[in-house]
Amino acid sequence: MSKRAQEATITQTISNDVLEKAFDERFPLEMKEKLRSARVAIAGLGGLGSHIAVMLARSGVGHLFLVDYDVVDVTNLNRQMYLIPQLGKKKTEALLEILQQINPYLSYETCCTKVTSDNVKELFGEYIYVCEAFDQADQKAMLVNGILMECPNTIIVSGNGMAGYGDCNDIVTKQQMRRLYICGDGKTDVGDGLGLMAPRVAACAAHQANKVIQLILS
Amino acid sequence: MVLVNGEAKTVAGMNLKEFLAQEGYDFEKVVVERNLDIIPRTELDQVTIEEEDTIEVLRFVGGG
Repeated sequence: MSKRAQEATITQTISNDVLEKAFDERFPLEMKEKLRSARVAIAGLGGLGSHIAVMLARSGVGHLFLVDYDVVDVTNLNRQMYLIPQLGKKKTEALLEILQQINPYLSYETCCTKVTSDNVKELFGEYIYVCEAFDQADQKAMLVNGILMECPNTIIVSGNGMAGYGDCNDIVTKQQMRRLYICGDGKTDVGDGLGLMAPRVAACAAHQANKVIQLILS
Repeated sequence: MVLVNGEAKTVAGMNLKEFLAQEGYDFEKVVVERNLDIIPRTELDQVTIEEEDTIEVLRFVGGG
């Protein structure tokens, strides 16, 4: 293929009908409708959140609410979805660009703000499904505590323990409390000097995205 | 008998904050459930562990 033809292929747009037909040929209609009417919030758009968002968009989840206050940094490139041309951009904007190239016909809402115990209810109270995808342990605990105490209708799916390059089979999903699912190995802490690497972070994100899809379809 | 994360412990009479400190937990990085109720961080020292309590302590680690 010539360079010009390649560029034309990459930049061409496709209709929603074409995208939907591709999905319909592989999955039951009921599944598509449940996914398309689902609304999922993702708190933190780093290694976990950026992968979760991409997986849920590819799966046809109808509405994604994306929350992060940070900008794309060079230290993110080893494990997050972002690309070199996006360095310095707000993660909310950079991720939206990526998602719109995967499925431009879904509904995306972004909020560039820092989540605190004071705004948890306002941000996430109306969502049935929230993915906790923060980096810091105290932030994770703050959000999970806040959701469980202040958002009585919300189920939270959290990532806990995915540092290093240990066995991916140690990363599991379990229901920890009635409205809390935990994905991860539960122990490998980035604070112990183990860095975060793309494979285990993406594996943990896949556990979180898969649990959300299971809950939507159950 | 008090069950903590499924394990029998003789901790009745302590408050939750004392218990967490004894076990080496960081208050900022845990979610604590007592008999299916989440106990806010600010109330940990106001809740005394009683016999037959079931307590779950979830410890978060960093990374994401």
